Amino acid sequence: MSETIIRKMQMDEPDERRVLDLTSQGLIGRPVTRPDGPAKVAGTASYAGEILPEGTAFGVLVRATIAKGKVASLDEASATAMPGVLGVFTGERFLRNPAQGGADAAPVQGASEVAYFGQPIGLVVGETYEDARHAAYTMGVTYEPADDASVDLDTAKSERPDAKQLDQGDLDAAMAGAAHGVDVTYTTTPDSSAPMEPHASVASWDEEGVLTLRGSYQMLRHNRIELADALGIETEKVRILAPFVGGGFGSKLGIAPEAVAASIAAKALKRPVVVAMTRQHVFEGTIRRSETSQRMRLCTDADGRLTGFGHDSKVSNLPGESFSEPLAMTTHFLYRGENRRIGHEIRRVNRTCAGSVRAPGEAPGMLATECAMDELAEVCGLDPIELRKRNIPDQQPENGTPYGTRLLAECLEEGAHRFGWADRKAPGERREGEWLIGMGVASAARTNMTAPASARVTLRADGTALVETDMTDIGTGTYAILTQIAGEMLGLPADRVEVTLGDTDFPPGSGSGGSWGASSTGAAVMLACEAVREQVCLRMGVEPSALTMRDGEAMAGNTRRTLEEVVGDEPVAATGDFEPGSTTEQRVMASYGAHFAEVAVNQTTGEVRVRRMLGVFSAGRILNERTARSQCIGGMIWGIGEALTEDLVHDPRDGHVVNRDLAEYHVPVNLDAPPIEIAFLEELEDWGSPIQSKGIGELGICGSGAAIGNAIYNACGVRIRDFPATPDKVLAGIISEEEAGRLSSGQEK
Amino acid sequence: MKSFDYLRAGSTGEATGAGGAATRFIAGGTNLLDLMKLEVMTPDKLVDINRLDLKAIEETEDGGLRVGALVTNSDLAADPRVRRDYAVLSRALLSGATGQLRNMATTGGNLLQRTRCSYFYDTAMPCNKREPGSGCQAIGGYNRIHAILGASDSCIATHPSDMAVAMRALGARVEIEGTDGTRRTQDLGDFYRLPSDTPQVENALGEAELITAVILPAPVTSRQAYRKVRDRASYAFALVSVAAVVAVEEGKIARADLAFGGVAHAPWRNEAVEAILVGEAPSDALFDRAADTLLEKAKGQGSNDFKIPLLRRTLKATLRELTAEAAR
Ligand SMILES: Cc1cc2nc3c(=O)[nH]c(=O)nc-3n(C[C@H](O)[C@H](O)[C@H](O)COP(=O)(O)OP(=O)(O)OC[C@H]3O[C@@H](n4cnc5c(N)ncnc54)[C@H](O)[C@@H]3O)c2cc1C
Ligand code: SF4
Repeated sequence: MSETIIRKMQMDEPDERRVLDLTSQGLIGRPVTRPDGPAKVAGTASYAGEILPEGTAFGVLVRATIAKGKVASLDEASATAMPGVLGVFTGERFLRNPAQGGADAAPVQGASEVAYFGQPIGLVVGETYEDARHAAYTMGVTYEPADDASVDLDTAKSERPDAKQLDQGDLDAAMAGAAHGVDVTYTTTPDSSAPMEPHASVASWDEEGVLTLRGSYQMLRHNRIELADALGIETEKVRILAPFVGGGFGSKLGIAPEAVAASIAAKALKRPVVVAMTRQHVFEGTIRRSETSQRMRLCTDADGRLTGFGHDSKVSNLPGESFSEPLAMTTHFLYRGENRRIGHEIRRVNRTCAGSVRAPGEAPGMLATECAMDELAEVCGLDPIELRKRNIPDQQPENGTPYGTRLLAECLEEGAHRFGWADRKAPGERREGEWLIGMGVASAARTNMTAPASARVTLRADGTALVETDMTDIGTGTYAILTQIAGEMLGLPADRVEVTLGDTDFPPGSGSGGSWGASSTGAAVMLACEAVREQVCLRMGVEPSALTMRDGEAMAGNTRRTLEEVVGDEPVAATGDFEPGSTTEQRVMASYGAHFAEVAVNQTTGEVRVRRMLGVFSAGRILNERTARSQCIGGMIWGIGEALTEDLVHDPRDGHVVNRDLAEYHVPVNLDAPPIEIAFLEELEDWGSPIQSKGIGELGICGSGAAIGNAIYNACGVRIRDFPATPDKVLAGIISEEEAGRLSSGQEK
Repeated sequence: MKSFDYLRAGSTGEATGAGGAATRFIAGGTNLLDLMKLEVMTPDKLVDINRLDLKAIEETEDGGLRVGALVTNSDLAADPRVRRDYAVLSRALLSGATGQLRNMATTGGNLLQRTRCSYFYDTAMPCNKREPGSGCQAIGGYNRIHAILGASDSCIATHPSDMAVAMRALGARVEIEGTDGTRRTQDLGDFYRLPSDTPQVENALGEAELITAVILPAPVTSRQAYRKVRDRASYAFALVSVAAVVAVEEGKIARADLAFGGVAHAPWRNEAVEAILVGEAPSDALFDRAADTLLEKAKGQGSNDFKIPLLRRTLKATLRELTAEAAR
């Protein structure tokens, strides 16, 4: 094979060539089915804990049962005396907390200190899973509990990092002198990412001291560094494999305790060790989304134009953790208002580590901002869509940066039309028996992010292409879209492109996080293909501008050759390297949309059922209409969970996670998910990525919960400011509406 | 999971003969296995009763139905006689769990499923039901799903079954085979125990005794409803539920058999509530009086206070629905 060519691009200026519009295979945007789909449906796609090398031993994590303190003793002898137990492992290198996304270094280590209830403090390894689990659950552990555990948010120490505060103009004065204003506080409960596949790692070491870890991780290029650092070995000595990942939603961004534990035990026992977390471990020992409290102060002039926007938030995390739910992500750029205050406070608590959960910041943040906007619309006497449209800024209100593509107004208008928004009535006016019906709207916005990414593309002798990168497909459709990009660029039908992912031996992709995978790793594949195309031109002796590739043939002028002929016995390989650059400072880039929801609220019981939802989105180039749509639907169903059901409960006395299984932690089920319509508005963003796409994976959550909250208000006049809106909370509101005579009992009909 | 012996019983006698304090029968396993994996229950021996001949639904001499203990929740819900004559039961079953679970879950197992109290499920927590004398961590903790009626200082757990609530309203009896091979029947209301200071004792089943059937009395002319209030549209336990078998004759309530779920350690029934209703013309004021009696001794624990107004409203709405035609 000839030497691999490298094609680099740093995004310091817009790429207006729009390469994917110049090719002619016709794959881009099409609803191509996932190449990995049949294997997943048939059960032959193997997830981390499913491929066990000969002789694998089974490890089960031991959990701490105090909120804070020291492990005085881990009674190894009591465990090893139990049948089938091979050993107990713990120590300085054990992870106390999982790594935050992109940490590139080991997180807090040392299992003898306990910082939260449920923290892994050791690993029992046995010949069978059952042996290990029994010992892990029953072995003797003694503690020296600290007397200063902090589990109560109200009394916890608080921090206000300067970098996370903003004070512009004079919000107090603006509020005082405004024609209209709202000053309301919203709260949201903690959430769990609860991916379908619990975290699992299979570790094995070879004679050269190279560790192979089959894991369930989202960002292998970072996970490899984190794992090596945690173990104190060179990064090159670690290989991570994660070809299939059963969902991560942020909880698999950084290396987690089970990977390090499995690696340590496998080394000591000189045999492969698998550690698969139980569902309970995932809830208490990975990461959670912080609870939030958000004071919203919004004020307008007489025309409903925002003059002030305040968003003061309170979140929590373990002492020392750098992450704090960035609630004001969209607040910075979504609406106008020259007087602005963004406050951010972090309470330090001994509770399960808080980290990125799908749409960190926006998911709970936009619940508050978009419900507060609905409240503001009412006091302004404006339709909520009109209020939003009046407040779309000309330039970023804090630093004057121009916007990239932004079809927010168009999404709202298109959505209103499709959803039948004009039929919306006043609160309490639409009734079907016990059910009160209402509609709600919210904007969607999600900051567009990209990350460094590399991918190698090889045109092989048989006229097929191979794409290799350590990028992951966490269920989003990465296999599909990278197939399409390579096929499009090289003139190959989808079945002649092979995409291999999830192996750190391949060039490092962006990983799956921050909705940046498609735009970043997709760009790397596009760049690699461009370089391959140039080699094809050289071999054919034609100008790149004259080359057309389609259906396995390369054509230029009068020349037409099959790819087999072009390649001969010398495959063409190239690596694409994509780097974000200064365009992120030159333009405010985000994906946008509008959410519409219709809900029915049961006046007797306070139960809320979502009847239908619509999301209209603009997210740059849509690479695959099917997978994009499915990301948006999934995100909007998350919004149902945020708005109505998901509530990770910490015990008030010791902070432990009370509802640690899927029976009592309520994700929306099929019957909670109504028909959901998705529409995309056409748009190409040249400033973000050379393939003109923008992030879509988290967009569906941003604002969808608020549309539901607003619909509840429109249905029954109850304004929920404490999410999720479970029946108890909605009922309390209904009862006070009834008592105030604002809601008739509905019995007179 | 603690190691255990496994025995597949070929006859009811073999099953009860193999029983003992540390033995458990396994039917569908949908509750027992979860609890064993978490080591909340740690039997030394499992006696598999799935091969026993307890899968029939038969008509009884007095026109009722005898439901074998191993009839699955799915089969029972789908039985045409149940759907026609005991609609409240069919609806209660279908409102529970999921299709997959109902295909496994059995009539006997459903009656004996344990509480979903999170502290019971977490062996690191004190729990009088799991470990008598250790305390009740749900009191003062997160007790949103806990009892408002009949609780004690030892335990505030609820019984999670929907099926049992409907059976309680229908006046079902439990058929039990003792270790001596004799069978007795017992009213479902007497079968279950309130927690008092022994929450680990949940029912009248003696050691190694086997439930062989549930017997439904002959059907009555009535309108029936099972109303379940829950946190999500499916696959959630009842916050509160109402099973109602109601008849109205000549404008007066002739029958009001009511049972309530999600509110107590056992399906709750209060004859005084029914007595208020029977013989009266349906009205909101009457329903309120019935609810007053039902809730007279109701006590919230903090996070479950909402169940008190919720139960009142759900009861009234159910009664309104079932008496609607008559009232018109
Ligand atoms: C996630 C989830 C959600 C659920 N949701 C609901 C719901 O919404 N509503 C609802 O009502 N239920 C619900 N269930 C509970 C379900 O109905 C019960 O698990 C099921 O009915 C138990 O029946 P089984 O046959 O599987 O019992 P098993 O698990 O086999 O047994 C349960 C207990 O009964 C004993 N036992 C079984 N049969 C006999 C017998 N014949 N004689 C004496 N002892 C016996 C066993 O020893 C064991 O102690 C849910 C369960 C799960 C896991
Ligand atoms: S309520 Fe009952 S089951 Fe729950 S912790 Fe208390 S004693 Fe145990």
